[in-house]
Amino acid sequence: MNANDLFAADALRHSYLESTARARAHGMCDDNSFTEWLDPRARLTSPHLEALDVPVSFDDGIVIGEGRLKGEQIFVAAQEGRFMGGAVGEIHGAKLTGLLRRAVQEKPAAVLLLLETGGVRLHEANAGLVAISEIQRAVFDARHAKVPVVVLIGGGNGCYGGMGIVAPCCDAIVMSELARLSVSGPEVIETARGVEEFDAKDRALVWRTMGGKHRYLLGEIDRLVDDDLPSFKEAAATFLRRPVAFDLDAVVAEHARLAERIERFGACEDAVDIWAALGIAEPEQIPSLDLEQFQEAVARSRTGSVHETR
Amino acid sequence: MEQLRFAYDGLKSSNVGAYAIAGVVASGDLEILVEREELGGRCEVDIRTSVQGFEKTWSAVTQSFVSTRALANTRITINDSGATPAVVNLRLAQAAQKLDEGDA
Repeated sequence: MNANDLFAADALRHSYLESTARARAHGMCDDNSFTEWLDPRARLTSPHLEALDVPVSFDDGIVIGEGRLKGEQIFVAAQEGRFMGGAVGEIHGAKLTGLLRRAVQEKPAAVLLLLETGGVRLHEANAGLVAISEIQRAVFDARHAKVPVVVLIGGGNGCYGGMGIVAPCCDAIVMSELARLSVSGPEVIETARGVEEFDAKDRALVWRTMGGKHRYLLGEIDRLVDDDLPSFKEAAATFLRRPVAFDLDAVVAEHARLAERIERFGACEDAVDIWAALGIAEPEQIPSLDLEQFQEAVARSRTGSVHETR
Repeated sequence: MEQLRFAYDGLKSSNVGAYAIAGVVASGDLEILVEREELGGRCEVDIRTSVQGFEKTWSAVTQSFVSTRALANTRITINDSGATPAVVNLRLAQAAQKLDEGDA
């Protein structure tokens, strides 16, 4: 491969992680089919940040709208991780809640939530907390209406805090290896419990505890994909019009799954111990495997997927 | 926060594109919204910046940028979080290019 070929191959690859929220939203839809609602011209900025004399953003850090995926109507929300860490403020949350409520009425083939967030925007305190609870409620309303809510996580900031609770309440989750999903972030755990409990600077520890591969092995997510827009799009398309059961039986089954999991792995000190307990031959090699090698190595060991058990 | 306003006359005009946005409000970066609007031929620039006291720099950067472009009847609105002049120039160029491509 000469230098020109290398350049061309690189140009064709569209990293999800490196893309802006708006580029991700467009990237999940068929060519030129995405229409943004309340686009930047609406200037829906945060009154709280304004009052605190902090810079605002025209879209309050979230892009919402509709488009087509494999020809079917979908709704999309994408959080911009670079604006205040993707944190949820009042306006930001209202846009997401409004999108989900509209989905109940219009019944698109799916709602895609492209999450990259640290959770509540602390500047907005209670308004941010209320926003998270409204989003949670709206996710359940959409699921009750049999509209699949599909979470995609592939941004550099991961998905944490209140949105780290919302994500597993949705129908399906797709992550890249680079993505992270948890409730308390590494620094939060270290601050609250001490560096002996969790060393936030130990990146290998952070990723094997909260990263995509571990979440996949635990059966908490449905797909692990490469870090590019088409891979996320392809994975999202497999969930169109496929709502997961959302009733009392499903909740009871999920609780049974979690009880069995804590029984099985509760004594493990580290993610590697869990991988060993899952029967993976060389568990310490897991972090260094590329996606294909990883899928091969774990094909028989992963615990039942969320989709099968929920 | 500091609010700055500039207006420029005598620019070439174009009807291509309705609006475009470039950049993100992140540390050392900014977002630039460019919209076609009937402004009596002027190009109006509204800036909200977290860094005080750089009016002359903003004036120089925006003036040199708009002078080479068809930006008559165009509103440029900026949310700045401490971008350097080089970054401002880059984002202005990106926004103007998207507008010329007719992208939203």
